Amino acid sequence: MTEPTHDPAEELQAPDEPSEPRWRETLSALLKNRLAAAGMIVLALLILSAVFADLVAPYAYTDGDIVRRLEPPGRDHWFGTDELGRDVLSRVIFGARVSLQVGAVAVGISLMVGTLIGLISGYRGGWIDAVLMRTMDVLFSFPVVLLAIAIVAVLTPSLRNTMIAIGVVFTPIFARGVRGSVLSVREEVYVRASRSLGASDWRIISRHVLPNVAAPVIVQTSLSLAFAILTEAALSYLGIGVQPPRPAWGLMLLDAQGFIPTGAWWMSLFPGLAIFLTVMALNLVGDGLRDALDPKQRSIIQSRGVT
Amino acid sequence: MSGAPEPTPEHDDSTDAEVVLSVRDLEVSFGTKRGRAEVVRGLDYDLHRGETLAIVGESGSGKSVSTLALTKLIPIPPGRGTGTAHLGDTDLISLSEAELVHVRGQRIGFVFQDPMTSLNPVHTIGRQLTEGMRHHLGLSEAAARDRAVELLAKVGIPSPEDRLGDYPHQFSGGMRQRVVIAIGLSCDPEVLIADEATTALDVTTQAQIIDLIAELQADLGMAVVWITHDLGVVAGIADRVLVMYAGEVVEQADAPELLSRPRHPYTVGLLASLPVLGDTERGDLAAIPGLPPPPTSLPPGCGFYPRCSFRSDERCATERPPLREVVAGHLVRSFYEVPEEQSRRASAATRIAIEPPDVRDEGVA
Amino acid sequence: MSSPLLEVEDLHVHFPVGRGRDRQLVRAVDGVSLTLQPGETLGLVGESGCGKTTSGLALLRLVEPTSGRVVFDGTDVRSLSKRDLRSWRRRAAMIFQDPYASLDPRLPVGESIGEALDIHGLHQGKQARRDRIGDLLERCGLHPRVADRYPHEFSGGQRQRIGIARAIACEPDFIVCDEPIAALDVSIQAQVMNLLTELQQDLGLAYLFIAHDLAAVQHVCDRIAVMYLGRIVEEAERLDLYRAPQPPYTQALLSAIPIPDPVRERERERIRLEGDVPSPIDPPSGCRFRTRCRAVFDACERIDPALQEVADDHRAACLLHGEVGTEVTG
Repeated sequence: MTEPTHDPAEELQAPDEPSEPRWRETLSALLKNRLAAAGMIVLALLILSAVFADLVAPYAYTDGDIVRRLEPPGRDHWFGTDELGRDVLSRVIFGARVSLQVGAVAVGISLMVGTLIGLISGYRGGWIDAVLMRTMDVLFSFPVVLLAIAIVAVLTPSLRNTMIAIGVVFTPIFARGVRGSVLSVREEVYVRASRSLGASDWRIISRHVLPNVAAPVIVQTSLSLAFAILTEAALSYLGIGVQPPRPAWGLMLLDAQGFIPTGAWWMSLFPGLAIFLTVMALNLVGDGLRDALDPKQRSIIQSRGVT
Repeated sequence: MSGAPEPTPEHDDSTDAEVVLSVRDLEVSFGTKRGRAEVVRGLDYDLHRGETLAIVGESGSGKSVSTLALTKLIPIPPGRGTGTAHLGDTDLISLSEAELVHVRGQRIGFVFQDPMTSLNPVHTIGRQLTEGMRHHLGLSEAAARDRAVELLAKVGIPSPEDRLGDYPHQFSGGMRQRVVIAIGLSCDPEVLIADEATTALDVTTQAQIIDLIAELQADLGMAVVWITHDLGVVAGIADRVLVMYAGEVVEQADAPELLSRPRHPYTVGLLASLPVLGDTERGDLAAIPGLPPPPTSLPPGCGFYPRCSFRSDERCATERPPLREVVAGHLVRSFYEVPEEQSRRASAATRIAIEPPDVRDEGVA
Repeated sequence: MSSPLLEVEDLHVHFPVGRGRDRQLVRAVDGVSLTLQPGETLGLVGESGCGKTTSGLALLRLVEPTSGRVVFDGTDVRSLSKRDLRSWRRRAAMIFQDPYASLDPRLPVGESIGEALDIHGLHQGKQARRDRIGDLLERCGLHPRVADRYPHEFSGGQRQRIGIARAIACEPDFIVCDEPIAALDVSIQAQVMNLLTELQQDLGLAYLFIAHDLAAVQHVCDRIAVMYLGRIVEEAERLDLYRAPQPPYTQALLSAIPIPDPVRERERERIRLEGDVPSPIDPPSGCRFRTRCRAVFDACERIDPALQEVADDHRAACLLHGEVGTEVTG
């Protein structure tokens, strides 16, 4: 009676086809998620129309016909006109340029700086952690808009400075979140296993820690993009963000508020809707991406796709 | 589901004691993404007063689920349980949730594997201990408290009055499991179900807990269902043993008979693969190849067929073997029995070459 | 006897707990010495909290020892620079207890194995790397093509095989096996033990086999060391330990292990240990087991017993064999 150490029953079913590269697996899982796919389409449309605003928009954003001011949505002006007779649709389209740019650049800054700080803080620990986290706490303790105002006030109002200000303000959120995740991932047995093989800190961080803290960071990123656009709106609203006549969604809301009593609802509705759509789409894509990056979720998605 | 005639495992060569729990045709399944998972496939047994029945199996064999299902401690749905389970005159399976509340903890006590998670960390153990007694037995606060002190003393917790106000984290693992046992016993249950009750404990603590349950059983006359994967524990405490594999009983016998003359290929394989203290052989262990089948795609014939080293013909692959009585009180679900010689060779009794050291009190100052 | 592969002398690992005035030291490992010959398996057994796992981690410097000497094949491991330590790790690997936690859930299992090869530059080119990973998987009883699968697709036993493949990837001389079978089902435990034995014979590995299951340890180990509260209390050849356990703790431990033979199990005498293991923050003076020992006498409180030769190749730290040790002061 000879006992084999293993037999075919034990082996997993060997995959029939050669496996796809990992990025394609991730992408196909992302596309199979209907909500995420819808979010991506909306985002793509928004970005395209921002890039090709000159071609897409029916009018220039400065084009005003004072005679046809405050006109409700109609054949010539689908979204109506503002107090200077400018086409709201065109201004929403051109506004996407500023708003999306502010969101992307500001969050890009906080994502990179915040993640770096969180990684160092969580992985190294000790006095470095204490210094970095106390600094973040100080930043965190100010109300977001107040801090942004202070930064813009010091740097003089401009689009670039608005983006920097928002980036700085959001950094602690990322730093704190990443640090928390790193603290738990650092203690995982697979990190210890990697160290036992002789892996350097850099390798452990890039191969094991970063991918495993990515999920909360992605969710945070999509949420922050939304908040960044709203913060830009708040700053513009206070007159220290984007300077007129450049259109930005926040700035448009600011202008519109004075005309709400006169019944010009379209002036606030459409930029508001644009912000809402963007935020929504970003969250859908963020959630989808988080699931698609998780191998376990991914195989659930794929098995669902097959049956 | 099964068309095979199942012999009723009436068997009372060891005891004429009354039957406290009688389970028939118990089937439990779950709806999963990969289809219906048949976790328990037709289970029959009788539990007599004062008896210890061991249910042995590996993870996924259905050993835990089969007892949890008795009082619907599994989520239903997605779970589904059918069959009958008579506790005295009451069929547990037909009871409503509201009626079951009076069975759980009162007529059937539970002791689970992990004493840390089966106690609520935010309540004192006094409160957790008296809660059930006040609810089930209608005791006053003072009476419940007195009984709690008595129970803690009984399970061997020193100065019990002082410890009623303590929280679970203030106890060591072994002491926590004693508290859990005290809770399990608090309403004088007819049946105590110990589900891997000592698995998370160290061996010296395990020995304490096993002794404790045996003493309490002798005192109180309750029946114990001991669910475990450890055949050593079974050898020490069980009167009768059910061996489960892939959701069904593959072998059932009195403990001494089952462990010295196992007849089902799985039981033999399990025993042979076990390292045994005092066995001087150092070669490869006779491991069972492969893995147990997932409950969502069980083999059409014998559940153990894919891993069996005694399988012989088409029948094993295509026909589900019935549980048949091969000698009085010894039931085997297999078309072919393991020959005596191989069976004996697998048993610990034959493999032990060095006797356990004599530890009687010599040399004690 | 050839020169030992590993020599550990008076290893201590102390962890601080609490802050400020409440700061205390947990003496997880408190003076462990052991030696290991090439190709040998030494079992390290004891109950939870005795310091066996911490000892294993400390001699690989996966936790930093507080004091003591670790010499591996002539190299003083504790004096290695960070860089030298990393390249030394090629020679000493580890297998972990929990096969569910020890593999990165975001990496295909082949990558977890390949990482070892990448770190030490042990492959030439992509195809060679792939082949080597396939070989290692096959060596451990898995199909080479499962390299692209993720950990969650495997059972516990299969994951442990992957963990073993990763550990042998760099052809080490020595592996610390930390409870490698404790989390597995009975029928799978034997498979994994057989695999470990087979690899040892083929590759000439030395193992430090850390476990609480004495029956398994007795089966796979050449020698066994028993730990209690941060110390080794006995060390002997595998059958000698069972045949003639010396310190009362080892006797109690052995008598508590259930034997799957009803006749012997029900007849034999048991030593019942009362109470719990004392806290490693404040261990008893003198012999650490004296608070639970049935053979305790007055010297046990005064003298901290040292390991002494009680028979051929059999050492025990117990004053019943002569009052050898350090006098407790103050």
